[in-house]
Amino acid sequence: MINTRDILETINMIQEENLDIRTITMGISLLDCADSDIDKSCSKIYDKICKKAEKLVKTGEDIEKEYGIPIINKRISVTPIAMVSAASGGDPVKYAKILDKAAKTVGVNFLGGYSALVQKGFAAGDERLIRSIPEALAETDRICSSVNIGSTKAGINMDAVRLMGQIVKESAEKTRDKGLVGPSKLVVFCNAPDDNPFMAGAFHGAGEPDCVINVGVSGPGVVRAAVSKIPDADITEVADTVKKTAFKITRMGQLVAKEASKRLGVPFGIVDLSLAPTPAVGDSVAHILEEMGLEQCGACGTTACLALLNDAVKKGGVMASSHVGGLSGAFIPVSEDAGMIDAARNQVLSIEKLEAMTAVCSVGLDMIAIPGDTPAEVIAAIIADEAAIGMVNSKTTAVRVIPAIGKKDGEEIEFGGLFGVSPIMKVNTASPAKFISRGGRIPAPLQSLKN
Amino acid sequence: MKGIITVIGKDKVGILAQISGICAEYGVNVVEVTQSILQDMFCMIMLIDIEKANIPFTEFAEKAKKMGEEHCLTVHVMHEDVFNSMHRI
Repeated sequence: MINTRDILETINMIQEENLDIRTITMGISLLDCADSDIDKSCSKIYDKICKKAEKLVKTGEDIEKEYGIPIINKRISVTPIAMVSAASGGDPVKYAKILDKAAKTVGVNFLGGYSALVQKGFAAGDERLIRSIPEALAETDRICSSVNIGSTKAGINMDAVRLMGQIVKESAEKTRDKGLVGPSKLVVFCNAPDDNPFMAGAFHGAGEPDCVINVGVSGPGVVRAAVSKIPDADITEVADTVKKTAFKITRMGQLVAKEASKRLGVPFGIVDLSLAPTPAVGDSVAHILEEMGLEQCGACGTTACLALLNDAVKKGGVMASSHVGGLSGAFIPVSEDAGMIDAARNQVLSIEKLEAMTAVCSVGLDMIAIPGDTPAEVIAAIIADEAAIGMVNSKTTAVRVIPAIGKKDGEEIEFGGLFGVSPIMKVNTASPAKFISRGGRIPAPLQSLKN
Repeated sequence: MKGIITVIGKDKVGILAQISGICAEYGVNVVEVTQSILQDMFCMIMLIDIEKANIPFTEFAEKAKKMGEEHCLTVHVMHEDVFNSMHRI
């Protein structure tokens, strides 16, 4: 039998340290649903999702009970809708509504893929879909949207960047009475991964199989607890501890992913090794950094600690899973992380520091509330900066900022649930309007002579 | 299929009897038991075989947990694979 200490360690991780499987996400290709008639296209989509994902929620719940590991979310990602709507034309919001209906029928809490990939330019359907995002997010409950505006191989599409600045703002205005849910479900990517199971940026890439199961693990609380047990260790030992802990967390993800894939008869895609925080006490990435020895997240040294954490999580996780993919790194969503919220409230953590942090970890400027009067071109310039970091460093970066309509920096907004609370952060408002108005493309960067 | 029951709580008379009683009631075979007292906390780990159980595993887990709560004990019943996958390469 496995020894007592190991058994108690596992139980403790789940009971006390918030170890959970954050999401089982089923990726479904909708390429075979495209039809020149938009209504036919919609009904094929509805039928396919309901058929493929019929047992997704039930299977997730069964595994959760049988194995005793909480599986927080069951979700679906689909082919970027811009590809499907290119064939049919018509109002893309129709697709958003039918996807929302399908999500409700099968019981998933989010469905991602109201997306367009425009890193090099707009194809048929792309621009219309992007312009419809604010309306689509305002009129649906469970749809998530993402737009890829840059990549290391293609450069950055500055026309799309300019447009997304406006769309983010418009999306906030359209949902100002609904708790600003619009921009909290909209991600602007550079180097978006095709197999990301995490919302709001999940979509089912064009090179993916017809249907696939991707799993996102979590466990910042477990890592923090492990680091807290070695208060006097040097950094080598800290990195080693994080690595070993990440291995154990990921093994859970691998187990659940394989079991879900077997029960659903759908191939296993990847395990995403991300440390995804929640506002719950003890489930914060910021607290891991503080446990390493920072007074508060955002202090000098934060970027170095985060780089260590991110790398160690990957090293431990890669060994534990047969296929790793998605975003795989530490997430730093401000409003979803108790430690980040405190640091932002104390003004120890600024947007500029967060931007530096995104150069060494997964995703980017995530769930950050900014003053409601921030001009669209400033939002576009934030997106451009973040995309440039991703493009040059061959990594995924993203922007999910929430313009808090009618509020100023220093105030707070509450999103509720997993989205948390966010202090509104100060944004540098010196105008980038001329730069943004130029449009065009930033050429793809050189991949050698790296300094 | 094998599972693992862990019982943690304040030591008192009859804990082992209660847990093995519920196992017997539902046709769950106890394969191995280890127990220790850490300070005054009772800590027991049981390896069980549920091939011949007369109720589904999840229901058994629920009943064991509920019984634990009634007696101020924390009882978990989990699939053996959870521990195997986490602690064995």
